[in-house]
Amino acid sequence: MTRPSPPRPRQNSHHPGGTFPHPSRRPFRLTAPPVSGILRPRLIVVCVALAVAAFLVFCRGISVGDYPIGLTGVVKALAGSGDPGTLLVVRELRLPRAVVGLLAGIAFAVSGALFQTMTRNPLASPDMIGLTAGAGTAVVAGIVLGWDGGLGTQTLGLLGALATALLVYTLAWKRGTTGYRIILVGIGVSWVCTSATDYLVARGGRFQAQAALGWLVGNLNGRGWDQAVPLTVVMALLVPAALVLGRLMRTLQLGDDVAAGLGTRVQPVRFALLLTGVGLVAFGTAAAGPIAFVALAAPQIAQRLAGTAWPPPIASGLTGALIVLAGDLIARELISGTELPVGIVTGVLGTPVLLWLLIRTNRAGSGG
Amino acid sequence: MSTTDPDLRANGLHLAYDNRLVAEDLDLVVPPGRITAIIGANACGKSTLLRALARLLAPRQGAVRLDGRALQSIPTRELAQRLGILPQTPVAPEGLTVIDLVNRGRSPHQTWWRQWSKADEQAVHGALAATGMTDLANRAVDELSGGQRQRAWIAMAVAQGTPVLLLDEPTTYLDLAHQVDVLDLITDLNRRESRTIVMVLHDLNQACRYADHVVAMKAGRIVAEGAPADVITAQTVEEIFDLRCQVMTDPVSGTPLIIPMGRHHDAPGVRAVAETA
Repeated sequence: MTRPSPPRPRQNSHHPGGTFPHPSRRPFRLTAPPVSGILRPRLIVVCVALAVAAFLVFCRGISVGDYPIGLTGVVKALAGSGDPGTLLVVRELRLPRAVVGLLAGIAFAVSGALFQTMTRNPLASPDMIGLTAGAGTAVVAGIVLGWDGGLGTQTLGLLGALATALLVYTLAWKRGTTGYRIILVGIGVSWVCTSATDYLVARGGRFQAQAALGWLVGNLNGRGWDQAVPLTVVMALLVPAALVLGRLMRTLQLGDDVAAGLGTRVQPVRFALLLTGVGLVAFGTAAAGPIAFVALAAPQIAQRLAGTAWPPPIASGLTGALIVLAGDLIARELISGTELPVGIVTGVLGTPVLLWLLIRTNRAGSGG
Repeated sequence: MSTTDPDLRANGLHLAYDNRLVAEDLDLVVPPGRITAIIGANACGKSTLLRALARLLAPRQGAVRLDGRALQSIPTRELAQRLGILPQTPVAPEGLTVIDLVNRGRSPHQTWWRQWSKADEQAVHGALAATGMTDLANRAVDELSGGQRQRAWIAMAVAQGTPVLLLDEPTTYLDLAHQVDVLDLITDLNRRESRTIVMVLHDLNQACRYADHVVAMKAGRIVAEGAPADVITAQTVEEIFDLRCQVMTDPVSGTPLIIPMGRHHDAPGVRAVAETA
C-alpha cells in the first residue's frame, strides 16, 4: 500500500503561526471554570435596550386610560404601594391586560424564532403554517355555530391550534419530517382553515360575524386575570424549554445530516421544538387572539438588530413583547375614542420596521 | 485523537430506503489510519454505504460496528466524539461566520454551561489554522468562494476532533484547482493527525491518487477492494462503470491513471493495449 507522496499543497494558504483576529466588538470568550461561553456584546446591548424599552412601554400602557396614573405611580403600584384606588385600577384592570400583551408578544416571537431556526426558513413562522389559522377556525366555529361544548373562547383557540399542529405534523411526516415539508403542508392547511373561517363568518349573523372578526384580528381589550394567569403558568414552563432547545438548534440549523453527525438526536429534538413552539403560539393565541405579524417579524427584527445569523430567542421574545405592547398603546392613545384591536396596529407597525431593516442590512452587506 | 486505532467495520449490511433495497451483503473493514475511497457509478449505493457507516441510515440487516459496538447501540453524543461526517454540499445559514460554524463542530464536547472551554478554543483555532481559514474566521460562510466554503466545513469537521472522518464527495462543484486543494488538505489531516478517512469520490483518478484503499461498488454490491494499483485495471473499470478505457501510470504520483475511450475515439490498436494493460 505504499506509493509516492502526493504533491504538497500548491497554494500558500496555511498559516499555522497566524494570529487569530480578535477585534473588540467581536464575540469574546468568557471563562469561570467550569462555566464558559461566548459573549456577544452587541446581542447583550440589544437585549438590555429591548428590555428597558419593553418595561417603559409596559408601564406607560398601565398609566394611560380614563383614570390616568403617573409613571412613578405605576411603578409604585406594581411594587405594592400607593392609594387603594390606584392599586385596584392597576392590579385588577390594567395589569392583567398588560401582562397578556407582554406574554403573548413573547410567546409569538419565541415560537416564531424556534420555527424559523428549526426549518432554516423565515417563512416558517407559526402564523404562516396554519397554527393561528386553525385556532381562528375553532374560535369562529364556536361563536358562529353557537356551540362551544361548554368551553370558552380561550380553550377553543388552544384546541384549534393544537389540532392543526397535529394535522400538519402528521401530513408532513415521511420517514421523519423536514422543515420544507412542514412549510408546504402548513401553508396548505392554513388556506383550508382560512377558507373554513371565511365560510363560517359569511354564514353567521351580523353580530356573530363582528364578534368573530374582533377576535380574529388579535385583541387585548377586556383581557383579565382569567387569561393572564394560565398564560403566565404556561410561559414559565415553555420559555425555559425554548432556551434549552435553542442551544440544540445550533446544530439543527446546519441541516439534519450535519446535526446528526454532531451528536444531535434530530427527530426527538425537532419534535420537542415543535411541541414547545406550538404550545407557545397556542396559549398566546388563546389569550390574545392571533395578533398579526409578531411571530413572523419579531425574530427577524431581533436577528438584524443583534447581527446574528439566527433569530436569538431572548432578543426575539423581547422584540415581540415590545411590538405588542407598543401596538396596544398606539391603538389606545393615538387613535382615541376607538378601542382599535392591537392586531391591526402590529401589522402596520411591524412591516415598515422589518422592511427598513431588510433594506439597511442588504446595503451594508452584513448582519443578514 | 485516540491512542487506539479506530476499528470501523460493516457485516452483512442490507441497506434500503422504505422498501427499495439499495445495497445488499456489504462486508467492509475500514483500514485504520488510512484513506479509503468508495467509488462506483451513479446510484450504485456508495453514498448510501457512507450514510450507513455514519449511522445516518439504519441498516435493514447486518450492522456497522465501531470498536466492536454496533453503531445503533452507541449514544449519539459519544458517537459524535468518535466519528464525524461531512455530507455532500452542506448549506450554512446566511450570515453565519466561519468561526461560529467551526465552533459548532465542538457541540459533541460542549454542555449548556461549558460552551467555550480551553479545549474548544484550541480545537477551533487549530482547525482554522490547519485548513488555512484563520484569516477568514470572521467572514460569513455564504460570502466565501466555493473552495473556501468547503474548507470552512472541513474545518468544522476537524474541530470535532474525531478519529474517523467520513466525507461524501468533498470535491463536488469545485473547480479542478480547488478539488486538488481539498484533497491535499484531507491528506494532510490523515498524515499529520493520523485520522482514518473514508470518502465517496466521483473522480477515479483522484481516488487512485489520494486513497490508500479503494472500495468499488456496482449495483449495491462491493465488487472489488484493495490498493488502487491492485484494483484499478482496464478490466475492472469496464466491469464497474461499463466504460472502456486504458489504464496508465500517473506520471506524477505513480498511481493508476484512467484514460476513458468512449465511442468516438477508438484509435486503431487501442483495444489491444487496453486488454493487455
